[in-house]
Amino acid sequence: MFEILEKRFLNDTVCEMQINAPLVAKKAEPGQFIILRTDEDGERIPLTIAGFDRKKGTVKIIFQVVGSTTEILKHKNVGDCLQDFVGPLGNATETEGVKNVCVVGGGVGCAIAMPVAEKFAKDKANVTSVIGFRNKDLVILEDEFKKASKELVVMTDDGSYGRQGNVCVPLEEMLASGKKFDKIFAIGPLIMMKFVVETAKKYNVPCMVSMNPIMIDGTGMCGGCRLSVDGQMKFACVDGPDFDGYKVDFDEMMSRNRMYADFERHKYEETCNLYKKEVK
Amino acid sequence: MAELPNMKMNKNEMPTQDPKVRAHNFEEVALGYDEAVAIDEAKRCLNCVNMPCVSGCPVKVRIPEFIAKIKEGDFEGAYQVISETSSLPAVCGRVCPQETQCESKCVRGIKGEPVGIGRLERFVADFHNAHDGKKEKVPKSNGHKVAVVGSGPSGLTCAGDLARKGYKVTVFEALHKAGGVLVYGIPEFRLPKSIVQKEIDKLESMGVKIETNIVIGKTLTIDELFESGFEAVFVGSGAGLPRFMGIKGEGLNGVYSANEFLTRANLMKSYKTDATTPVMKGGKVAVVGGGNVAMDAARTALRLGAEKVYIVYRRSMEELPARKEEVEHAIEEGVEFKLLNNPVEVLGYNNPNDKRDPKNGFVRAIRCIKMELGEPDEQGRRRPVEVQGSEFELEVDSVIMSIGTSPNPLIKATTRGLDTNKWGGIIVEENTGKTSKEGVYAGGDAVTGAATVISAMGAGKVAADAIDKYLTSK
Repeated sequence: MFEILEKRFLNDTVCEMQINAPLVAKKAEPGQFIILRTDEDGERIPLTIAGFDRKKGTVKIIFQVVGSTTEILKHKNVGDCLQDFVGPLGNATETEGVKNVCVVGGGVGCAIAMPVAEKFAKDKANVTSVIGFRNKDLVILEDEFKKASKELVVMTDDGSYGRQGNVCVPLEEMLASGKKFDKIFAIGPLIMMKFVVETAKKYNVPCMVSMNPIMIDGTGMCGGCRLSVDGQMKFACVDGPDFDGYKVDFDEMMSRNRMYADFERHKYEETCNLYKKEVK
Repeated sequence: MAELPNMKMNKNEMPTQDPKVRAHNFEEVALGYDEAVAIDEAKRCLNCVNMPCVSGCPVKVRIPEFIAKIKEGDFEGAYQVISETSSLPAVCGRVCPQETQCESKCVRGIKGEPVGIGRLERFVADFHNAHDGKKEKVPKSNGHKVAVVGSGPSGLTCAGDLARKGYKVTVFEALHKAGGVLVYGIPEFRLPKSIVQKEIDKLESMGVKIETNIVIGKTLTIDELFESGFEAVFVGSGAGLPRFMGIKGEGLNGVYSANEFLTRANLMKSYKTDATTPVMKGGKVAVVGGGNVAMDAARTALRLGAEKVYIVYRRSMEELPARKEEVEHAIEEGVEFKLLNNPVEVLGYNNPNDKRDPKNGFVRAIRCIKMELGEPDEQGRRRPVEVQGSEFELEVDSVIMSIGTSPNPLIKATTRGLDTNKWGGIIVEENTGKTSKEGVYAGGDAVTGAATVISAMGAGKVAADAIDKYLTSK
């Protein structure tokens, strides 16, 4: 069993936890993920590793409450245990040889973008970060990004904090004004990554993206996490989760991630109702 | 004088659930012999001196000996005979293809049907489990530690055999539950999970440690296992990436690999109404392929409420690789066989007038082409050839690709000195399971690609012997 050692909310729906998982912590690298189950008979969900402390044996996860399992997870408290916690899975983000990088994070994707930005910074790259949120209340990890970046731009869709607009606006400005990046690294909603890739393409800058498809085992057995990369079938769990954004078929991926939308919505409502009843 | 054998030509029939009823439930299909029937069937055994049946068994169960115990009514004694060589009798009695193994060598099969060895094995194992027979003996420890990677049939067999010899065995399992394909792949109605659990409990009571949630190749490497004191490692990591056909439309929603579909249904229990893991239920389903896994997927789809299930297979009934019994069960339950057909494209919905139509991106049909059998290939199987201009659409809501797997890539990628072939299978010496890396042995699907439970068990057994020899001579 994997004990929750710390818990805090970064905003109303995004929660951070430190989990006691020494074996995972020992091997974890930025860009990798874990799979957890909250309880016996729970579903297996993949979450990207948001941080780790090899000495303490802890792994940090950051998740947004989007469905039944994350709702259940939200209600777990310090001292509670998770049923299963397996990893680190997938390949680490490659940061070697990059001198100037732009890390673009969207929403809760910033939880994944942040350790990647830190890793680039640690490897002596100049890091420019662009992070975007719907509004001021949803902004997370701003201080952490500030520390890791030479330059940080915060965007909100409604302009309630930072600049107004999406992450592509400042990215395009920088590229147009001649700012040179060896690489752009984008993590966030699929639609955001798709547009960041399109922007990067215009200026011929390589762009990596981190994919988070539906998954079961996460070890290369079920094939559920497949996606098309340059017309080839790839499996995010063993071939990724990072891929060359130029080659990813985002439209197919977006469609695949909607596969169980009805079931998930229904299950989420059911779970929320259960917790409401408990409170009464 | 010994009693004369029972010379009935046919096996005692296996009682089964009514096909119409069982097609809608996940209860076990075959119900098993009772004591009287088991004794009657046992009496069909001629107790041949040269025991041809044993030569057909990958784990060399002393078949005439256990059958003789059944004749005497000593069912527990029969169990003890089997369990000396087989770690998973209740499993083998259910899923072994006996018709091509022990029973194919049975003298009674020359004129009439062979002795129902599999059915008797199952009876004996179930009797033992139901009577909570003798506690497993905890063998005396020899102090040596062996690691087993993967808790499927090869790993469990290897672990059991080594434990019996006194080794301290730890089994590492990547999933949250032990059993490998026995729990994620083979459905409840063919192999109840409680039976697998009992077999695993037995191993644990013999001192085998099972560590779930550890992915060897990720959480720990094989080199680290050696560093932490294990003196030998058996790799039984099983089948890996599912194969797809490489045709258009395989990324559509509703296209599954058999691995994913069965894992959702079995391991994640999505057949239950309160399940947390979803799976597509109902509608029309095409299962592509003709092996046992295809039959499992088709029959599972039926039980999940499909209105129509097709097996789409490019050869004819004769070449169908699945066990005859499984094919018969599938037909009885209402699975329709579309033989000599091959899919060329999966077609999806795409409403041009409404981009938000929830059906967009989901399967609506597969386009197939008819096949005919041409000249035999190198293995003597007649090669299927496309019939030009015979394409047609088959309306379906989901497609389950059941055309095999390639070995798991994780261990190969992280183990120095472990040689693999061009398909990614670990290269081993056939008679020992020894790999190119000192102290590392392997077996099962990780070596052969998709094969049977019993051949994996045979490989686990061979490796256990080899590991014992290796460590005692060290």
